[in-house]
Amino acid sequence: MTEDEAKKAILENLQGKSKTKSKFYLKDFYSMVPDMKPREIKNIVNKMVQEGHLEYWSSGSTTLIGLKGMGKQHQEED
Amino acid sequence: MGKHNTPMLDELEKGPWPSFVSDIKQQADKGKHILKEAPNDLLGIMEMSYVDKVTHWKHGGIVGVFGYGGGIIGRYCDQPQMFPGVAHFHTVRVNQPSSKYYTSDYLRKLCDLWERHGSGLTNMHGSTGDIVFLGTTTDHLEPLFYELTHDLNQDLGGSGSNLRTPECCLGMSRCQFACYDTEETCHQMTNAYQEELHRPAFPYKFKFKFDGCPNGCVASIARSDMSVIGTWRDDIRIDQAAVKAYVGGELKPNAGAHSSRDWGKFDIQAEVINRCPTECMCYGDGKLEINNAECVRCMHCLNVMPRALRIGEDRGASVLFGAKAPILEGAQMSTLTVPFMKMEAPFDELKELVEKVWDWWMEEGKNRERLGELIQRKSMQEFLRVIELDPDPRMVDEPRSNPYIFWKEEEVEGGWTRDIDAYRKKHLR
Ligand code: HEM
Ligand code: HEM
Ligand code: SF4
Ligand code: SF4
Repeated sequence: MTEDEAKKAILENLQGKSKTKSKFYLKDFYSMVPDMKPREIKNIVNKMVQEGHLEYWSSGSTTLIGLKGMGKQHQEED
Repeated sequence: MGKHNTPMLDELEKGPWPSFVSDIKQQADKGKHILKEAPNDLLGIMEMSYVDKVTHWKHGGIVGVFGYGGGIIGRYCDQPQMFPGVAHFHTVRVNQPSSKYYTSDYLRKLCDLWERHGSGLTNMHGSTGDIVFLGTTTDHLEPLFYELTHDLNQDLGGSGSNLRTPECCLGMSRCQFACYDTEETCHQMTNAYQEELHRPAFPYKFKFKFDGCPNGCVASIARSDMSVIGTWRDDIRIDQAAVKAYVGGELKPNAGAHSSRDWGKFDIQAEVINRCPTECMCYGDGKLEINNAECVRCMHCLNVMPRALRIGEDRGASVLFGAKAPILEGAQMSTLTVPFMKMEAPFDELKELVEKVWDWWMEEGKNRERLGELIQRKSMQEFLRVIELDPDPRMVDEPRSNPYIFWKEEEVEGGWTRDIDAYRKKHLR
């Protein structure tokens, strides 16, 4: 799978789940791109944040990642 | 009195120690910080938490600076109307310089920067070693980050599922016990793993800390997933004349550190020989002897008689993995994994080791599972297989806690099948 195909698979997967869930652990991305190594997927996910497709959410101790603008945003944290 | 009535916090100012409450009040009164109401409202919301016995902070958020997935921790309070000064109160972790050395001029610049972009309140230093800036709003983050990196040449530290800010002891800069250059190692490893430090890479946090010797001034064995602790392979160097000087009272034990009370005349038998945990020392006829093969580098004798005893000359470090203090299983120290490694720049051996460990943990670790918990779940034996090390008696903590190293079938001659008749000839039913 190429990098572009991996990005597409990730976006489709997240959009499919966006009704029920908006934030994911990095590990959840591994199963979206089954034939790539965790380290490569990590790099792609971080790139997608730089490119503005995804965004980080952090509790301080753990990081979650989701589609940019989906789910709770900081104005309405609860 | 401040803006809010804080009788419970005021109590904390009455004790003998400097109080953080007084510090915050002082900042509220005299600080030049841009977020004027932050210190006062912080006191207000803290008092409220003391009364209610619950926190009024909400956990986490989508804040950060562009491209970084760590270093800034979003904090919002759940009483923004009552305490608008801390409605948004994000924490900024700033990577401390190695061993936390800086000039007073640099410290002033840091504080000025923080007064221009935040509450002015700091925590020097956080548990991971970072310089912590306490409390700012989202709009200040990018300008703060720009000035920090461009004008002060300093970076953010780690948070979230990242490599956390590496930390080291004073090491060779001040300490004769340093068995390797902890500052150099910390600096090189920080630079090598910028990607892991700034962008989420792991199932959870990962820390490495560098202690120059087993005295463990940064407590790496208790606080880091990879603990690098200085040690030596050859013998403790003994200066017999200096030993005599300690015995005779010319030299003060522990460099005079415990002289506030009169402990009587120095007694080498009681204070050194009998305290050696492996009983590998003896003193007679004015001569000190050490059976170095039995010495476990506890550092006691070296600490008591630093002028007479010195670390060996074949130096390096032990590498241990898996310390953690999580809620479910309780605290756990790191487990000795590599008894001895030479520690020389560019630290390729150490890097190769930690990368193997990361690959395994990224693949096998559950969400929010620390490396130490993964080792517990999968076994030490599996861990050793992954990092391609043979089991070694020195990895055994204590009998019955982790001695179970099993053979795999292909490692045993003949595998698991046996000739039952041949067996029965030797062992009757
Ligand atoms: C002079 C003879 C012996 C001495 C001095 C001796 C001493 C000991 C000691 C000090 C322990 C450890 C106890 C502890 O856990 O605190 C022990 C454990 C044990 N001994 Fe002996 N023992 C002797 C003979 C034997 C014999 C003849 C047998 C069996 C036929 C035996 C079977 C065991 C077993 C099964 C254990 C428990 C091992 C374990 O912890 O798993 N011992 N013995
Ligand atoms: C029906 C018979 C037996 C039962 C149900 C039984 C059960 C057990 C159990 C539950 C343990 C504890 C294991 C653990 O620590 O997790 C144990 C330990 C032990 N048993 Fe037995 N046992 C039996 C017979 C025997 C016999 C006949 C011997 C010796 C000739 C023996 C020697 C030992 C020893 C040495 C240990 C300690 C093992 C260790 O933890 O290091 N047992 N047994
Ligand atoms: S850990 Fe050891 S080498 Fe480092 S400062 Fe402490 S005593 Fe010195
Ligand atoms: S360092 Fe500790 S174990 Fe080694 S000789 Fe000194 S007291 Fe004994």
